[in-house]
Amino acid sequence: MATLDSKIPEGPLKDKWTNHKNKINLVNPANKRLIDVIVVGTGLAGGAAAASLAEMGYNVKAFCYQDSPRRAHSIAAQGGINAAKNYQNDGDSTYRLFYDTVKGGDYRAREANVYRLAEVSANIIDQCVAQGVPFAREYGGLLDNRSFGGVLVSRTFYAKGQTGQQLLLGAYSALSRQIGKGKVQMFGRHEMLDLVVIDGKARGIIARNMITGELERHSAHAVIVASGGYGNVFFLSTNAMGSNVTAAWKIHKKGAYFANPCYTQIHPTCIPRSGDHQSKLTLMSESLRNDGRIWVPKKMEDVLAIREGKLKPTQIKDEDRDYYLERRYPAFGNLVPRDVASRAAKERCDAGYGVNQTGEAVYLDFKSAIHRYGKEKALVEGIENPSEAEIIKLGEQVVEAKYGNLFQMYYKITDENPYKTPMKIYPAVHYTMGGIWVDYNLMTTIPGCYAAGEANFSDHGANRLGASALMQGLADGYFVLPYTVGDYLANEIRTGRISTDLPEFVAAEKSVQDQIDKLMNIKGTKSVDHFHKQLGKVMWDKVGMARNEQGLKEAMEEIRKIREEFWKDVRIPGVANGLNPELEKAGRVADFLELGELFAKDALHRTESCGGHFREESVELDGPQQGEAKRDDANFTYVAAWEWTGDPKDSNLHKEELKFENIELKQRSYK
Amino acid sequence: MAEKFINIKLKIWRQKDSKSAGKFEEYPLPNVSTDSSFLEMLDLLNENLVEKGDEPVAFDHDCREGICGMCSLFINGEAHGPDRGVTTCQLHMRMFKDGETITIEPFRANPFPVIKDLVVDRTPFDRIMAKGGFVSVNTSGNTQDANAIPVPKADADKAFDAATCIGCGACVATCKNASAMLFVSAKVSQLALLPQGRVEAKERVMNMVHQMDIEGFGNCTNTGACEVECPKGISLENIARMNREYLKATIVSE
Repeated sequence: MATLDSKIPEGPLKDKWTNHKNKINLVNPANKRLIDVIVVGTGLAGGAAAASLAEMGYNVKAFCYQDSPRRAHSIAAQGGINAAKNYQNDGDSTYRLFYDTVKGGDYRAREANVYRLAEVSANIIDQCVAQGVPFAREYGGLLDNRSFGGVLVSRTFYAKGQTGQQLLLGAYSALSRQIGKGKVQMFGRHEMLDLVVIDGKARGIIARNMITGELERHSAHAVIVASGGYGNVFFLSTNAMGSNVTAAWKIHKKGAYFANPCYTQIHPTCIPRSGDHQSKLTLMSESLRNDGRIWVPKKMEDVLAIREGKLKPTQIKDEDRDYYLERRYPAFGNLVPRDVASRAAKERCDAGYGVNQTGEAVYLDFKSAIHRYGKEKALVEGIENPSEAEIIKLGEQVVEAKYGNLFQMYYKITDENPYKTPMKIYPAVHYTMGGIWVDYNLMTTIPGCYAAGEANFSDHGANRLGASALMQGLADGYFVLPYTVGDYLANEIRTGRISTDLPEFVAAEKSVQDQIDKLMNIKGTKSVDHFHKQLGKVMWDKVGMARNEQGLKEAMEEIRKIREEFWKDVRIPGVANGLNPELEKAGRVADFLELGELFAKDALHRTESCGGHFREESVELDGPQQGEAKRDDANFTYVAAWEWTGDPKDSNLHKEELKFENIELKQRSYK
Repeated sequence: MAEKFINIKLKIWRQKDSKSAGKFEEYPLPNVSTDSSFLEMLDLLNENLVEKGDEPVAFDHDCREGICGMCSLFINGEAHGPDRGVTTCQLHMRMFKDGETITIEPFRANPFPVIKDLVVDRTPFDRIMAKGGFVSVNTSGNTQDANAIPVPKADADKAFDAATCIGCGACVATCKNASAMLFVSAKVSQLALLPQGRVEAKERVMNMVHQMDIEGFGNCTNTGACEVECPKGISLENIARMNREYLKATIVSE
């Protein structure tokens, strides 16, 4: 079994990145013009990487399945981006951000990567402000911060509830500038369907022009896959409808190991599902937990009365409410990390206290915050003895300024006014910490092939803290890849242009064409969505928030059956040589049906509970942490990197041992 | 409000590709949950069509939470349908009545040719952005500290409001002149309001407006329809600001 070389530089943690950068090979400007780089995906990681590499002088080809690079799903991130700026003077530092992230990830991330992430975080904010990203500011004109789950400092920079949008548009503007200069060739409405490997190196991709259906060959000296996460394997998630695993899965099948697929983030504050018509779930930003209090009724009779519509939540007295996060985790309260908050909601709902028809919802209540802000504002505005109504009115104004767009979104979806009645929320699949295995340079196990952003596995361990995904995406794209890709390309200056007539390109194109023909010729009876929904149900029921051995074994078997059924009975109307959304979905679901099985296999092998991966067999049975998830450091302090062997159930496990030299492994306590 | 089920009739523009002529087709659709979104209603229609072996209706969509700007549609004569301040993906079927006929067309404007059915080509927006919708700063990690230049909160807030444009094209589709002024002015305003963007303000507005004209977008005649239909509430003030920026750029010498 090959050992994985993570290529972590020698030396003290805080000097690793600087020393590494100093030793990296450089490419002279004249040679950069002779080198091509392909970037797949134009979200924060891909967009930032494509722009930065083009600025440096490489010829970049960027691909996205949307009509424009501005639409990648990074755009939907709401709450914020972390950076160790310590503008609030609350004791923040690079080390603390590093520590919080490793601890938040339940000690399953690579120390050196996380430290580098914390180190470059401050540069990200500088860079974005220089680009004209309109972050929220205080009245003094300086940048404002707020706090997020799992930490005790305010280090989150934000732009109302649209931080992801503003950061992505920043990266998109940098990308647009390079497109205007001809340094980036943009291929919108294109989907990468295979990686071309020549003599062991990544040398290009096969992409399908989604408008004409034509398959195209594109060659390059390096290929960066920044195609996002695979949460849509659950069918319902907060991901965009088009978010998919295909690019990542194709490189996996060509030799890139897939790491920790079972690490999934189930986000605690999403709008609960309402019916069978539902196509996706909508997140309500974690920033709402700064001001919202989460509760369910204490008394079962109140729960039943609410479900029957006889009682309104606003009629329940404070002493009859169970603010269960504040009760269970007094130190962090409503700001515990996401995995903890999600499991706590599930625990209450499983116990029968869910507050909607499906029994899967808890309240997120802004009444106290509205009251508190209203009083404060009345004081500031010099209103003497304000009436209750005045206080509420002023408080609602403050809350609207902070979270207006989220409240409006909630109202439009549910038809309930969250200023007047508590929001109903429930956990939903949101982010995948697992992904393509990469070394310190973000290179996969295929030389010349890189993975960045959510598509890789590297920084969040088993659970991602809020406001860290935007940080990682931009860190990878702006500040890591531009250095590390150059190091590899320094050995490629004599390669010259790579012909797309090479037999490897011909073979790759043929295999893509064969798969498309096969799909089109099944002419079965069921739609793609039919199979996707079946897969999603198995994933949610058996590989979701709580997992056990029996369920996982069943899941592997069931997913395999759905996959076999899919390849026998899927129906794709229309033609392959034109725009055909059903064909696009079919290709993606085919990959999800393979990934799903590997996902369950990974969850089955990891018999410990850690972060977002909760095994019912592994909980603390007594002591102060009774009922909390129990890690098994003696046996599982490693990254599970899976090698494709032709069938997901036979994938080979490779282990990268995680060494913690700067942080002591402890039980995570938020009590 | 409790979930209800309604029966509707859809009149949808079908067009094979950009070269073919299109026409309206009618589809009855029973049992639509009023809690479903407009696009989930179209999912239901498509599921039925696939079951019958017919080709589903192609439409653009992605995030389904009103932020990516991918969804479009002209519904009963209005961009993003009858509700205000929302995109089509956030429009819910509770806005429609039982028995209603709903007409769905693609965004129509010469610079946005139809690709198929309800899908149009909005890449002219990207080409306008590539001409100046940015601040010319390279990625270096050595830019000055983010707090080195304080920006008055009022300016930052206005810049933010302009920056929330999602580039969906509703403004163009709504405008009788197919003008892209609201879209272009939103970006020009965002960057003109911030000190970081001020430096290139002149070149930016000239170049972006020039490209807007090349793409064939019409002129603004101040009808204000764009502002009404904009799902993000981008204000007409941005157009006024862009006009001032443009005027300044043309009459002030180096």
